[in-house]
Amino acid sequence: MTRVRSAALAGALGVVAAGAIVLSAPAPAQAQDAVTVAVTAIVEHPALDATRDGVRDELVENGYVVGETLDFVYESAQGNQATAVQIARQFVGDRPDVIVPISTPSAQAVVAATNDVPVVFTAVTDPLGAQLITDAAMPGGNVTGLSDLSPLSDHLGLVRTFLPEAETLGVLYNPGEANAVTLVSLVTEMAPDHGFTVVEAAAARSADVQGAAQSLVGRADAIYVPTDNTIVSALEAVLAVGADNDIPVFTGDTDSVARGAVASIGFDYYQVGRQTGAIVLRVLEGEDPGTIPVSVAAGTDLVVNPAAAEAMGVSVPAEVLDNAHTVIGAE
Amino acid sequence: MSLVAFLGAVEIGLVFGLVAVGVFLSFRVLNFPDLTVDGSFPLGAAVAATLITVGADPYLATLAAAIAGAGAGLVTAALNVRFRILHLLASILTMIALFSINIRVMGRPNLAIIAQDTVLTPFYGLGAAQYVVKPLFVGVAVVLVVWLVARFLDSEFGLAMRATGANPRMARAQGIPTDLHIYVGMAVSNGLVGLAGALFAQTNGFADVTSGVGTIVVGLAAVILGETLLRSRMIVFMLAACVIGSILYRIAVQLALNADFLGLQASDLNLVTAVLVAAALILPGARNPLRALVRREPR
Repeated sequence: MTRVRSAALAGALGVVAAGAIVLSAPAPAQAQDAVTVAVTAIVEHPALDATRDGVRDELVENGYVVGETLDFVYESAQGNQATAVQIARQFVGDRPDVIVPISTPSAQAVVAATNDVPVVFTAVTDPLGAQLITDAAMPGGNVTGLSDLSPLSDHLGLVRTFLPEAETLGVLYNPGEANAVTLVSLVTEMAPDHGFTVVEAAAARSADVQGAAQSLVGRADAIYVPTDNTIVSALEAVLAVGADNDIPVFTGDTDSVARGAVASIGFDYYQVGRQTGAIVLRVLEGEDPGTIPVSVAAGTDLVVNPAAAEAMGVSVPAEVLDNAHTVIGAE
Repeated sequence: MSLVAFLGAVEIGLVFGLVAVGVFLSFRVLNFPDLTVDGSFPLGAAVAATLITVGADPYLATLAAAIAGAGAGLVTAALNVRFRILHLLASILTMIALFSINIRVMGRPNLAIIAQDTVLTPFYGLGAAQYVVKPLFVGVAVVLVVWLVARFLDSEFGLAMRATGANPRMARAQGIPTDLHIYVGMAVSNGLVGLAGALFAQTNGFADVTSGVGTIVVGLAAVILGETLLRSRMIVFMLAACVIGSILYRIAVQLALNADFLGLQASDLNLVTAVLVAAALILPGARNPLRALVRREPR
């Protein structure tokens, strides 16, 4: 019996080893001088996917051809950090020209796995706190990137334009997300300058979002959702609560306005990807990542959704409509 | 698959091998379905990373992480033994409570220790590349742990613990204090998971409160994969099987990552992993029809 089992074990290991060899056969022929850009994100998510597409399109627009002069590799950890680490090791072992980790945990996994392959991180709110770099102006080493810190003050100003009388601002976030916690503490700090008192509501997972949103009914004059992966993934639950109780919902990202939030100012993540792609181009042209300063994503697109505003009981001020970059529902 | 990627998979498989041994102790030895591990894994990471950031010795920080994990196991055991809450629910309560506690411990959801000294720092200077040092270090730690746990389970106390899980009524009739053995078993189990969390944080440079999601699933998969492939009655081999199962699981993930050019896309990763693990479970047990023809044994 034991002998049969060990034979079976040996067989299974053999299958795995054979698989490893078959799968490590070179991918379909690439041109000799093709550059490889390896992109990874912690999870599938509209904003993170848009970032990836932005990086690729920026490279393509600058003359690279996917499959010919550009080998564009993408892996998602599907929400699992151990997998994120495995992807990081895989990329480092394959030695691409640039690794682009999207989101904080993916970036930490990649930065811990290499100190010579160039890394351009993106969609990380606090790269210093995450120890990806020690100095934003002069990162040194092999790492640079782009922070996606929201233009929070503009957001609070926007809410004020819509609701001149509002006093309390409900903020929904996941206390388990590093980026969101940073944003909420910054919002709480800035709120008094705009005349708001912040009321926090926490949801640790997407199933808790509806309950957290409902807890704000009667306590908040408006709801603000920062760029928090958990809340944004369950945004429809927040929007339903907002529409049922006439509490306008504002978001930190503009993609969510198309889904039914009232308005937002900022970059969409596609633009973050394009700006990241520009940094990747500089590295591909031979610039040392350690000498490229880490910047904060730029963008001032005002996006407004008049239908959502009406559903949540507010009218869109004329100055917002005049300055809007995109009006959802208008051709 | 490059050597770096392969050794990375082995390293993470070894780290989660400790989780698998912990899960083996609760699910198999004590017959206690314990989901605490989803919380005790990030707890170990959080305690180790926090102590390291405030300047504690990394080895002491790792020990503290294991003790913290053991404490989490004791809470689950107390909820079950002392307060008669169903074991599954008791462990779920501890698990969700740990999410908040882990954020309290770190003061934030993600704590980076890339720039700090870890248990591995003294070995980086010896000339070998980091991607070789990490799996070697974790491998030595895992061998040591498996040996210690095997010695423990073969001791008189350990045998009494196995009896507690196998047949609690008979164990009590033999004068075994089954409550004590559940406490100790759960503490050891979650202590090992806390240790795994501490090693994961230190080999990868960060502790993150969401890193525990799915730990129990991976641990159970490793235990079952291991015992399907290597069935033995000797406790040391049963423990080794858990570690081997964990490594095979990680190699399956790594193979799935390499499967892109087969027309699969990045989002198919979990599906491909599941298919590979299922194949590893089914193939060795499948009857070979040819062999059955040649060697038809009379009943």
